Amino acid sequence: MASATAGPTPHAVSAGERDASRARGRTVKRRRDNRAGWAFVAPFVVFFVAFLVVPIVWGLYLSFTATSLTGAGNHLVGFANYFEAFGDADMWRSMGNTVWFTVLSTIPLVVVALAMALLVNTGLPGQWLWRLSFFMPYLLASTVVSQIFLWLFNPQLGLFNHLLTSIGLPPSNWLNDQDIAMYAVVGTTVWWTVGFNFLLYLAALQNIPESQYEAASLDGAGTWRKLWSITLPQLRGTTGLIVVLQILASLKVFDQIYQMTTGGPNGSTRPIVEYIFESGFTGYRFGYSSAISYIFFAMIVIISIAQFTAGRRGDAIARADRADARRRRAAVRAATKGQAA
Amino acid sequence: MSTATIDPQSLQTSTPTTTVRVRTTKRHGPKWGPARIGALVVLIVLAVSWLLPILWAIDTSLKSETDAAAAQQSWIPAGGFTIDAYVKVLTQGQIPVWIWNSLFTSVVVTLVTVILSTLAAYAFSRLDFSGRKWLYAAIIGSIMVPPQVLIIPLFYEMLAMNLVDTYLGIILPQVIAPAMVFILKQFFDQIPVELEEAARVDGAGRLRVFFTIVLPLSRPILAAVAIFVFIGAWNNFLWPFLVTNQANLMTLPVGLQTVKSAFGIQYAQNMATAMLAAAPLIIVFLFFQRQIIKGIATTGFGGQ
Repeated sequence: MASATAGPTPHAVSAGERDASRARGRTVKRRRDNRAGWAFVAPFVVFFVAFLVVPIVWGLYLSFTATSLTGAGNHLVGFANYFEAFGDADMWRSMGNTVWFTVLSTIPLVVVALAMALLVNTGLPGQWLWRLSFFMPYLLASTVVSQIFLWLFNPQLGLFNHLLTSIGLPPSNWLNDQDIAMYAVVGTTVWWTVGFNFLLYLAALQNIPESQYEAASLDGAGTWRKLWSITLPQLRGTTGLIVVLQILASLKVFDQIYQMTTGGPNGSTRPIVEYIFESGFTGYRFGYSSAISYIFFAMIVIISIAQFTAGRRGDAIARADRADARRRRAAVRAATKGQAA
Repeated sequence: MSTATIDPQSLQTSTPTTTVRVRTTKRHGPKWGPARIGALVVLIVLAVSWLLPILWAIDTSLKSETDAAAAQQSWIPAGGFTIDAYVKVLTQGQIPVWIWNSLFTSVVVTLVTVILSTLAAYAFSRLDFSGRKWLYAAIIGSIMVPPQVLIIPLFYEMLAMNLVDTYLGIILPQVIAPAMVFILKQFFDQIPVELEEAARVDGAGRLRVFFTIVLPLSRPILAAVAIFVFIGAWNNFLWPFLVTNQANLMTLPVGLQTVKSAFGIQYAQNMATAMLAAAPLIIVFLFFQRQIIKGIATTGFGGQ
């Protein structure tokens, strides 16, 4: 795991160095692999252009037209779609739902995953059982998960209400209750996808050298002390990676919400991707739908850049911390040496 | 482990994952203090909560419709367990067709994705051709593009190419996986060039080197990538949902969504369908548990 978490920087550096050395060599050797290189990448590039580049460009063009499903209205309308979207209360509401879902889901998806990994990593018996229980849901298709939870959340016959009433609590309307539906969807999502983050954490935990713990034990550190001073600091990189991935994944939520609530009740759970889908495929307004897609895309790009910058600052702080510690250790060594002399 | 000699990074990071812990705990010997018992209790509560939904779904699928919809729910149905729901679903519905569609499209997507990505990643790692840098930058940059943003123009494209309601329409847009190119290039970068250069000196061509030296060394990473792509394709909902209208072309996740409304209140059949859809990947997982876990550990964001 360390390769993937701490990885990007060292890898990038080594690749960069190689590039640089190749670039230097190039002036002498010229590009010797032109034909072979393009032959190897050509198949990928053909599909890449056809199903990624073309849609990106076409979508951008569509967003400036009034195109409908039939192709009618295929003329440029300038920024009209974008102006309309910025004044569209439903668009803002879905955007708000998406952000709210991201906040609500990311926190437990990181914290619960970490708790699971820490518990499993204590080496309690039954390793494969814990792993299977926590990770298996991740393998289920969204439709399967939705089916199971629609049944569990069923107001009359569902297991959840059954459990609530059996301990004397009032039953809930779950997905049909505007104030609760979002939490029910978030709960379902946590159950479904936490296993992936759990495995990332587990792999990172098992990479922490045992010697660090042994050294700490010799110094008389207890379980909690080791957790705070060794384990959690060592997991900082992994946590950064998981948070970044989770935020980006949560922002793209669609499947389970569409399948469980169709965005309801009263649009209280409708995410932005569903609004894109609906304005395109039920409203047949391809132009308008494309404009919203691009607003969403811009949001993703801005958030990615913000995370990247924050990550770099975090790295810089960590580096400064390490340098600090080194200086302190050096000072201590110098002091003890002085004493000895 | 054939990786061990080639890829020190993966040796360090992933190989010991499953074994190291077990050994250390044995050495220290389990001390059943209050902390350890507390941890076990919390773990059991978590595991039970995580298994409960699936167990309840299996339980429901094994009831008669009357018992499944009984006002007083219980784990053991009054009328005893039955596989009626499974029989009905398999004989009356289109589940077998959907399983086949899912299997076929996912396997093709996986094969094509792995082939395209491996060839491209190898070129980016080893071959010096004009435009290499900007092309790689463009591909890496495209990792940021959410597929959801492209549904409208992609659907338009499929309309124009007459591929709506065809296998190709389901498959083609799924074979582009820029993240996999990145992962594979990282891997190739770590293989020592000397092996290939020696073969080149002996007169082997680029393709020959690729197939006889590089690919055999890359088997573990190829397996990890293939498993990820397969899981992603098997579970993909949005795109197949948009591009198929005919029931006999639907993949399993899409078919389930339509059946949900069709079955209405037949809860046992509903759960039987869900369990049939869940079974293949769970079986795959039980067989490839180690590879999947290791794959996630080494490739990180591959799964998303």
